[in-house]
Amino acid sequence: MSAIRLSPAAAILRHGVLVLTSAFILVPFVWMVSLSLKSPGEIFRATFSVLPAQFYGVDNYAKAITSVPLPGYMGNGLLVCALILAAQILVCAPAAYALAKLKFWGRDFIFAMVLVGLLLPHQVLSLPLFILCYKLGILNTYLALVIPYVVSPFGIFLFRQFFRKIPDDIVHAARLDGLTELAIVWKIMVPMALPAVIAFSIFSVVAHWNDLFWPLIAVRDGHLMPAPLGIMAFKNEEAGNDYGPLMAASTLVVAPLLIAFLAAQKWFVEGMTGGSVK
Amino acid sequence: MSGIAIRNIRKSFGATRVLHDVSLSIADGEFLTLLGPSGCGKSTLLRILAGLEVQDTGSIEIGGRVVDGIRPKRRDVAMVFQSYALYPHMSVAANIALPLRMRRLSRAQRLPLIGRWLPGSGPVISGIEMEVSRTAEALGIAHLLNRRPGQLSGGQRQRVAVGRAMVRHPAVFLMDEPLSNLDAKLRVQMRAEIKDLHRRLGVTFVYVTHDQAEAMTLSDRVVVMRDGEILQVAPPQEIYADPNDMRVAEFLGSPKINMVDATMREPGLVDLAGSALPVACEIAPGSKFTVGIRPEAFQFAEHPGPGVITGSVRMVEHMGSDLFVYFDPCGLEHPLIARLSAERAPHIVAGQTLHVSVRPDQLLVFNRDGRRVRARDVSRTNPSTPVREWA
Repeated sequence: MSAIRLSPAAAILRHGVLVLTSAFILVPFVWMVSLSLKSPGEIFRATFSVLPAQFYGVDNYAKAITSVPLPGYMGNGLLVCALILAAQILVCAPAAYALAKLKFWGRDFIFAMVLVGLLLPHQVLSLPLFILCYKLGILNTYLALVIPYVVSPFGIFLFRQFFRKIPDDIVHAARLDGLTELAIVWKIMVPMALPAVIAFSIFSVVAHWNDLFWPLIAVRDGHLMPAPLGIMAFKNEEAGNDYGPLMAASTLVVAPLLIAFLAAQKWFVEGMTGGSVK
Repeated sequence: MSGIAIRNIRKSFGATRVLHDVSLSIADGEFLTLLGPSGCGKSTLLRILAGLEVQDTGSIEIGGRVVDGIRPKRRDVAMVFQSYALYPHMSVAANIALPLRMRRLSRAQRLPLIGRWLPGSGPVISGIEMEVSRTAEALGIAHLLNRRPGQLSGGQRQRVAVGRAMVRHPAVFLMDEPLSNLDAKLRVQMRAEIKDLHRRLGVTFVYVTHDQAEAMTLSDRVVVMRDGEILQVAPPQEIYADPNDMRVAEFLGSPKINMVDATMREPGLVDLAGSALPVACEIAPGSKFTVGIRPEAFQFAEHPGPGVITGSVRMVEHMGSDLFVYFDPCGLEHPLIARLSAERAPHIVAGQTLHVSVRPDQLLVFNRDGRRVRARDVSRTNPSTPVREWA
């Protein structure tokens, strides 16, 4: 790729637009971090400053961690996200391989169904899923948080697009080398589609780490709650107006995602654009 | 031991018929080339042999065993692909070792990290490592074992692909245009190495190519395919000098064979390009047919005379030892190409008049359907046309 040289005016305009839009997205986060460092009195002052006049961060963060079991909530979130991701990859990779590389009757129809699944918002399914979990007797367990997300149409779609780009000859060579179809999936296809796997992992973890809706329905026990639900509990307990610790808790919940994304940014971009550019 | 019998194979992809009733038998240890333009079905036939495609009808036998419905890995065949099909995320050593690991180690022993420490796997793994390094040694890639395929040149990748195929000592080697991604110089070198490999291993090779030079230099026998059919199966010399079919004659040889419409004047004498040439064919007088003349079959003649074709020179290409002379005999739309020795015909220039003679036994006569009409009693024991060097 060669960079296109812009005239200074165009460059300024372009960067201006980029700065404005990113500021628009970043402001709430900056505000959140800023509030998490301020004293209760300063939070409700009429004037706004990014930096606190009086540094109250230690108190807010200490309160966020101690007054509710926030580390426990985050541990729940981690466990649930890990289980969901592992199960999703376990299901999506073989399904995507079959849709990308095997010929069988009804393949295109099944892929069309996957696309339909991609269009359905998860909330539409919440009632049937709730009933299903109830019948299975797994409501208010970790399983109830994991099971509804095990099959990800998005994951199947993303992996399939990536697997399709892998030449058939590689699959043929693997068959001649004695690999079974499942071995081809795990030893050849998944490692070759690593950017897609990482991109999908980020999507999946972000979505389920931040998910509030389904956990709200599926679990009631405090010790099962993932982080966002925990924050809500925290807010209720603290009678609503102690915003400093609340913002501190929110910051703590968002931080792992931010760090993970920055660490995996390179693969993330490749995974998202790889299908379209190459 | 590992000959191949192909019986009445048919294959269609949807409405397109790719192979029509192909039968062929390949001797143990033979180097057989499937030659033809792209889309002639040669690669499909190879994939059916490997078990990667399933034929619609017909049967394949490898080493006396019918292999229809047997999975590729149980067929004891190895394949080298045009794209090499190396695993990009594995080192060269891991690429070559994979077929052995899949065959010799149990599922548990293949597990990463712990597999190595399971009972019994140690000696097997070190045995595999030894064979991998021996194979790499033989192919001159021992210093590359820790690299990834992406870090190798085309020729090196090609060797790795060959290494992965030969490491498990298959009974049959299948090669699908293995040289076509290499540059011209490397191709000639790898061609010699493949020939050498065949001599050393002594197993059956089935080699697919569209490059006639590869087919002619490597093969014991060449199978010329066109539109899903086998046109001719013969050793390289014979397929060049004695083609069965107009399409075979046209596909082989560079520059291309001259095809001239001709009429039988009287038994044994044919009207061709404005002169009367003797032929030894049983064709009724007055009937029309086509005569093929290889460019090197023309001999420079000093004077016009009986059996001599005369035309004006359109263009001369100097090729060093030879001249390619394009000349227009009277009554022909297209020029004929003659390949003349530079020593015998040194001073030919465009615009001059050229006389060339042809020996009767070097006229290849084809009927209206493109089938060869053979001489009645011209002995076939001396296909005297010299086969030129194939560079």
